[in-house]
Amino acid sequence: MSEHYTPPAKILHWLMAALLLALLILGVYMHDLPLSPDKLRLYAWHKWAGVSAFLLLLVRLGWRAGHRPPPLPGSLSRHMRFAAHAGHLALYGLMLAIPLSGWLMSSAKGFQTVWFGVLPIPDLLDKNKAIGDLLQTVHWGLNLLFVLILLGHIGAALKHHFIDRDDILSRMLPRRPEN
Amino acid sequence: MTRRILALLATTFLPLHAHAVEYSQVQSAQSAIRFTYQQMGVAVDGHFQRFSSQLSFDPARPTAAKANFTIDLASIDTGAPEGDEAVAGKPWFHTQAFPTARFVSGPIKALGNHRYEISGQLTLKGKTQEIVIPTTFTPQGRDGVFDGQVTIRRADFAVGEGSWAKFDLVANDVLIKFRITASSK
Repeated sequence: MSEHYTPPAKILHWLMAALLLALLILGVYMHDLPLSPDKLRLYAWHKWAGVSAFLLLLVRLGWRAGHRPPPLPGSLSRHMRFAAHAGHLALYGLMLAIPLSGWLMSSAKGFQTVWFGVLPIPDLLDKNKAIGDLLQTVHWGLNLLFVLILLGHIGAALKHHFIDRDDILSRMLPRRPEN
Repeated sequence: MTRRILALLATTFLPLHAHAVEYSQVQSAQSAIRFTYQQMGVAVDGHFQRFSSQLSFDPARPTAAKANFTIDLASIDTGAPEGDEAVAGKPWFHTQAFPTARFVSGPIKALGNHRYEISGQLTLKGKTQEIVIPTTFTPQGRDGVFDGQVTIRRADFAVGEGSWAKFDLVANDVLIKFRITASSK
């Protein structure tokens, strides 16, 4: 029987996968909309979801610190091992940096982030158009990088599953009852 | 000869100045009209960049004071460029038909301790409402500084119609804050 990720790690992984995908699609879609009540609503939802993703990530990092993931299969070369660790480190780094850049951008653009319209997140930056525009570019650039690494992440998982036929993907999936 | 004329002028006009200090020259660089509104629970600040005014205020005779303001609505800064564009449109200010907002002061009540209540008519988007603005006056050398704020309801002026009419996104209450610096002649 192969070693699986712990159930909380699986739940956090797939919950965040769904949330981040929704955030990415929403972020690209809402940006070009003409100003309307719907646009304001979507921006608010995007910001709330972004704060939620950031908090989920903190929970996830806390869980991971106490529960090491199952080891990589011995068949992986040293280079592949390095690429896997570097890729995951980059994903974690971006999952931290992207919501932070969004939060700072909101502050610089003069629209404070208020989580679910109730909990105000303090503004670290004063309103400043130039900094706001710069942070918008940073937010966009980090997301572009995130999507590229994410494609590598998904591609690698599928390659391991269907070509190498190892357990890299299945150990992140729910256990099958007969196992 | 010149000196005698100057002396004569001085004796004629100086006492007048000593008795009545009328603040009437608005210093635009030290004056601002700002506003704050709530958007989905988030306070957003904005201001108007251009306004003209006729002001006359003598602290000794506050009831005779006058304060009229005309605000160029196209000079709005809502906090976001696309917001500035949107509020010019029909559902908001409809600046093509109503380019300015106007405040004309009526009775002014002195509450003592440099505090006043300025009543007046605010006309915005073709609708006029009576408003009362609590204001403080602070003399600063030759200048006097007026600080005041008043909450108006945008629905009273049909500002934000159609899909914006509900207050779940943009609140009805808009807090107007101003600081007007005026010097005496």
